[in-house]
Amino acid sequence: MNYSAWQILKNGLRGGKNWRPLWHSKEPKKSYDIIIIGGGGHGLATAYYLAKNHALKNIAVIEKGYLGGGNVGRNTTIVRANYLLDGNSQFFSHSLKLWESMEQELNFNTMMSQRGILSLGHSDGQMDSLARRGNMMISQGDDAELLSAEELRDYVPYVNQTDPRFPIYGGLLHRRGGTARHDAVAWGYARAADRLGVDIIQNCEVTGMIVNNKTISGVQTTKGKIKADKIGMAVAGRTSQVADMAGLKLPIESHVLQAFVSEGLKPCVDCEISWGAELFYISQSDKGGLVFGGDIDKYNTYAARGNLPAIENVMEAAMALMPMIGRAKVLRSWGGIVDMTMDGSPIIDKTPINGLYLDGGWCYGGFKATPASGWCFAHLLATDEHHEVAEKYTLDRFEKGYLLDEEATGATPNLH
Amino acid sequence: MRINCPLCGERDLVEFHYEGSSKLMARPKDENDMDAFHDYLHIRSNPAGLNNELWSHEYGCRAWLLICRDTNTHKILSIDLARDVKTKGSLD
Repeated sequence: MNYSAWQILKNGLRGGKNWRPLWHSKEPKKSYDIIIIGGGGHGLATAYYLAKNHALKNIAVIEKGYLGGGNVGRNTTIVRANYLLDGNSQFFSHSLKLWESMEQELNFNTMMSQRGILSLGHSDGQMDSLARRGNMMISQGDDAELLSAEELRDYVPYVNQTDPRFPIYGGLLHRRGGTARHDAVAWGYARAADRLGVDIIQNCEVTGMIVNNKTISGVQTTKGKIKADKIGMAVAGRTSQVADMAGLKLPIESHVLQAFVSEGLKPCVDCEISWGAELFYISQSDKGGLVFGGDIDKYNTYAARGNLPAIENVMEAAMALMPMIGRAKVLRSWGGIVDMTMDGSPIIDKTPINGLYLDGGWCYGGFKATPASGWCFAHLLATDEHHEVAEKYTLDRFEKGYLLDEEATGATPNLH
Repeated sequence: MRINCPLCGERDLVEFHYEGSSKLMARPKDENDMDAFHDYLHIRSNPAGLNNELWSHEYGCRAWLLICRDTNTHKILSIDLARDVKTKGSLD
């Protein structure tokens, strides 16, 4: 069934009895042409584009828990294309274009809201740097506007511009950036992939890889052995663990990123704001909660919970940026495990094991990459060639010195 | 998480800086061995379980600490001064 206003009306009048599940939950067959490990946003998008763009059949997505139960359901839902470096900028530009057409493409309401992303500057040097970034974004074909301090007063009047420590000099506005409903992205891709014949298998954890002579031929799972000549990993924070089953060691550390949501409030923050003095960002969800977060906790961890210093840091930044937030109560906080690479940029590449492909190292920026990650990983799996917007996301760039180090902090995963 | 510094006693996490894997103490001796340096600089075992790692008590005594910590639970199993371990020579 294609969703439409007419279907909502028709099914609403019938008491909603005719709505069907969005996808079929399948048991695994003995073999597939391609298996994607990880039923999150990236894995499901990959399966969808394999079927849609490359007309491939016989694809399975296997997920250890429930569909969309990983990082695609734990992020702060921000979508943007404001990257600086050649290699990143064209990829995220492509991704934003896919976001803009996603609802029509998937026939699913992902609540894409291009409410604008505002990055603040706190010194002359930082304003110069924002201007440079804006010029790079414009030359990439995306949008950017430099706002002065006076223009900001109209745009975000509640922001404390005269904080003595971090006065606000202006900001860079990226109007096409915004937010999307994260769960809906996973559900939308799952439904669309299922309609094209992809098998979605939940509660099926990979427990081993079947590798002989540096060639993979299948995976061992909690639902038995499944064969495939091509296997793609899209497992976010568990990338090192899954790759380790095939004997691979990667330039990745797993860290925890915490996020917070306040009680529901009347609409007040109508764009997404990134503070420039430290890593801090805030937006308001459609339910009214202020959704905000900051930096990772900075030590290796697989425990999906963080510690107090990182929380205090975020709260102090929030108070410095918009003191009115002090009146709101924090409803909940949570942590997600992110795979931080040594240069802060992702990897979409083949691995030294024939037939085993890697889509990972998304650091804390995987959500906005979801459609392009799926698009490019599907391209790599289907053709064995890099897609042109992801050709710099190679695994051997670390060894060869072609790093994509957006933060220029070197091989320090906890500082990217 | 609180860390029991061998010199200062138990202190809050906020006083400590995390550097990374204890592998960083074993810098390759041959400056021209590119493979060894790639491995040293970039490749991490990233275990879900016991991890040997370097911390510095930055806002305390500034000593480098070698900590064995469970990355699944944040439980700390051992803390040593890095200089003591370095002289013994068993790492990662």
